Amino acid sequence: MTTRIGVVTFPGSLDDRDALRAVKLAGAEPVSLWHRDKDLHQVDAVVLPGGFSYGDYLRAGAISRFSPVMETVIGQAKAGMPVLGICNGFQVLTESHLLPGAMLRNNHLHFICKDQKLRVENADTAWTADYESGQEIYIPLKNIDGRYTADERTLDELEAEGRVAFRYVDGNPNGSLRDIAGITNAAGNVVGLMPHPEHAVEPLIGTGRTDGLGFFTSILKRLVSA
Amino acid sequence: MARVVVDVMLKPEILDPQGQAVQRALPRLGFDGIADVRQGKRFELEIEGPADEAALAEIRKMAETFLANTVIEDFTVRVEDQQ
Repeated sequence: MTTRIGVVTFPGSLDDRDALRAVKLAGAEPVSLWHRDKDLHQVDAVVLPGGFSYGDYLRAGAISRFSPVMETVIGQAKAGMPVLGICNGFQVLTESHLLPGAMLRNNHLHFICKDQKLRVENADTAWTADYESGQEIYIPLKNIDGRYTADERTLDELEAEGRVAFRYVDGNPNGSLRDIAGITNAAGNVVGLMPHPEHAVEPLIGTGRTDGLGFFTSILKRLVSA
Repeated sequence: MARVVVDVMLKPEILDPQGQAVQRALPRLGFDGIADVRQGKRFELEIEGPADEAALAEIRKMAETFLANTVIEDFTVRVEDQQ
């Protein structure tokens, strides 16, 4: 049986096609999911892609969080289904309270678009097992609401439990507290990050490297061996 | 009919670079003496019935779950126009 990985399209999603392509390049079967459809069509994992779902109205991710598909995704994620939130998808995950904290406007107020150096801090999650802890990777970063924020207690808890999954290296691009680029839930099945691994899966495009492919091969291995 | 206003503001400890940008622009425009600016959102809700305790409780619930993200924002609810 092939491994099915769903990618949700919200109105205003931009990177759903790239995410589907990354899933395919990793060797899994990509499945398009629609925001108004509660049915996850028997997928084994879900990617919430980047973009500006619902125009970022109210707050980034605030309206998507209440879409029919998210009702099912939230329930399944709590039951252990792997979910990866990229950029806007990360914002949806924090708005859904599947991950703690919130994203705010970049401290310098500018839209960023650059190749960003990251350090993989936790290589034990469902989406990072193909990396090594401490490995440095280059992943494109493009957003305006990318400043990760949480209260001190939550930040200390994340650090103590090894739940900071990725940290910005060589300069903090947006004022994220403690240089946090991505985090995981306690179980390691839900991961969110601001940079875009789906844009770094082929040498011809993006960073010219394939540092992002590991997210998709990690989850495939996890699901096949499960 | 009544109008209920929900004001949503970033929590005091959260950096508000948009407010800071506004504050920095003021002297250039000839407006002096403003020490700090914080930017927020205002929602005006026209409700069908009276703004009684039940209606206000419902609006507080709405503000807490949707209009504000209480991880980063505080909100206030007040009746502006009771007819």
